[in-house]
Amino acid sequence: MNNNINPTMEYKQREQQAKSPRQLAVQRFMANKLAVTGMITLTLIILSAIFAPLLTNIDPTRADLTLIEQAPSSDHLLGTDSSGRDNFARLLYGGRISLVIGFSAMMFSLMIGVATGTIAGFYGGKIDSLIMRFADLMLALPFFVLALTIIAIVDEVTIALFVFVIAITTWPNLTRIVRGSFLTLREREFVLSAQALGATNGRIIFKHLLPNAIGPIIVNATLLMATMIILESGMSFIGMGIPQPTPTWGNMLSEAQNIRILRDHPEAWLPPGLAILLTVLSINFIGDGLRDAFDPRSSQRSK
Amino acid sequence: MARYIIRRLLVFIPMLFLLTLIIFSLAKAAPGDPLTGKQLDPTVSKEVYEIQREELGLNDPLPTQYWNWLSSFTSGDFGQSMYYNGRSVESLISSRLLNTVYLGILAYLITLAVSIPLGIYSARRPYSLLDNTATTFGFVGLAIPNFFFGLIGIYIFSIHLGWFPSQSTMSDPLLTGIPAFMDRLHHMILPAITLAMAGTATYMRYVRSEALDILGSEYIRMAKAKGMKERTVLYKHTLRNALIPIITLSGYEFGILLGGAVITEQVFNYSGLGMLFIESIVNRDYPVIMAINLLLGATILLGNLLSDILYSVADPRIRYD
Repeated sequence: MNNNINPTMEYKQREQQAKSPRQLAVQRFMANKLAVTGMITLTLIILSAIFAPLLTNIDPTRADLTLIEQAPSSDHLLGTDSSGRDNFARLLYGGRISLVIGFSAMMFSLMIGVATGTIAGFYGGKIDSLIMRFADLMLALPFFVLALTIIAIVDEVTIALFVFVIAITTWPNLTRIVRGSFLTLREREFVLSAQALGATNGRIIFKHLLPNAIGPIIVNATLLMATMIILESGMSFIGMGIPQPTPTWGNMLSEAQNIRILRDHPEAWLPPGLAILLTVLSINFIGDGLRDAFDPRSSQRSK
Repeated sequence: MARYIIRRLLVFIPMLFLLTLIIFSLAKAAPGDPLTGKQLDPTVSKEVYEIQREELGLNDPLPTQYWNWLSSFTSGDFGQSMYYNGRSVESLISSRLLNTVYLGILAYLITLAVSIPLGIYSARRPYSLLDNTATTFGFVGLAIPNFFFGLIGIYIFSIHLGWFPSQSTMSDPLLTGIPAFMDRLHHMILPAITLAMAGTATYMRYVRSEALDILGSEYIRMAKAKGMKERTVLYKHTLRNALIPIITLSGYEFGILLGGAVITEQVFNYSGLGMLFIESIVNRDYPVIMAINLLLGATILLGNLLSDILYSVADPRIRYD
């Protein structure tokens, strides 16, 4: 018999074994190889964007018309573009702009989506159908087309305006997710008991409903950031995004619309394309990992 | 089910109406109107300008303007291009629309031809080499921007191998009959594969996870237990049921293909609706932009309606109250 075991020891052991749902989620996430690989890759990409000035001392916007479309050399690791700007510096600094746009547009879209989804899901009734019909309507136009249409109406595209435009064309998906979670959570006993105790609507929303819906919100926000980066690069590619000479990955790729650059200078357009691909792939892996971590059943349903 | 379809139709009509309202607001928010050019023209006096404004109804209250705009739209009059000196919008659109429709159909056929077999075979041998390859392909297919994929396609297959042309819809407009068809098809293959990429990856994942679910179900075990051949089980029982999500998605696919065509056509200089849209954006040709928006929106709403109806037809297990 184990009578001589110190009771406080046993207690301590149990405390170590018992884990909160959040710790369990972190544990599941860390066990997912793809998600961790994605996390490391994304971190490296973000670090190279932050520390761009340490990795190159060339100004990415400085044009030199005597040195256009140069092949890679020790001065210009990836050569120069059609205006004589250094491609390697543009790749690093372009990552900054592309990531910042992706992140801030995602945050903006997230705020609109969570606010509308919360109102629709919590209050229901007329306001719910109003918001949801409007969301359906926004989804009826491909967001790429809608964003381009709005860009055509405004005069000059700045980064802030661009973020605003792509955010207001992508929120309805989040609205649907948040509303869906709220509709099921609203009927649960713990909400009923909070109501019975006289909790205000605000308290119920922020203390009871939102924390329980946080899993799907984070997962979809992550995936939305990937969408935003693709959207930015696509719009910049056709020359309707961030205006030159500001470097973004999409702007760099738009150079490849020139068949000569496409043919002779793959070192100019392949790296920014691969950077987008790697970033989006990493974000998607992280998103999938988060989904499995928050909802372990989902991994059994699909891969 | 009939009641469900009727109710769904009743939602569709006000949605279409709201869509026109939004597009009209966007059109009004756009700077300039059909007479902006004349206002700057010194040979046109202010009085003539005002009379023309009055005649075109530009001084009417907004609801009246909206009503006139809507009724001309429904009678097939989409107005006139501001850029191509008064060419009618419908002639501009109709000259491009068919190219995009052909491209969309080919892309959809590629999507189905690749995703269904891959999905089914991956599900039959999960975690095999084929499954892992297909899964990797799926991840990359969803993450790669289609214009970058298109550029790589041009770089490899047009520039280096010379298998496919990288530009335009045909090489010789004088060709007729079979050679013309083959020429067009030859020009369409790279853009169609590019356009099909994202859809193929999505469909493959759906078919795989659906087929995995089905292969683990009781009726498949039953079919195997009574000695049915593997092929029959796979094609007759599994495949048919795994196609349900595909049928449902097909209506939504309209929107995805049309949206994707905008940028794909730009990469391949393929003269379709998407390229017309970009040209109109660059030229700030608002009547064309709004007409294409309306056309896309209406098509997508119709596609969603179709998806919902097909879903209720394809899967009798779904019940509606």
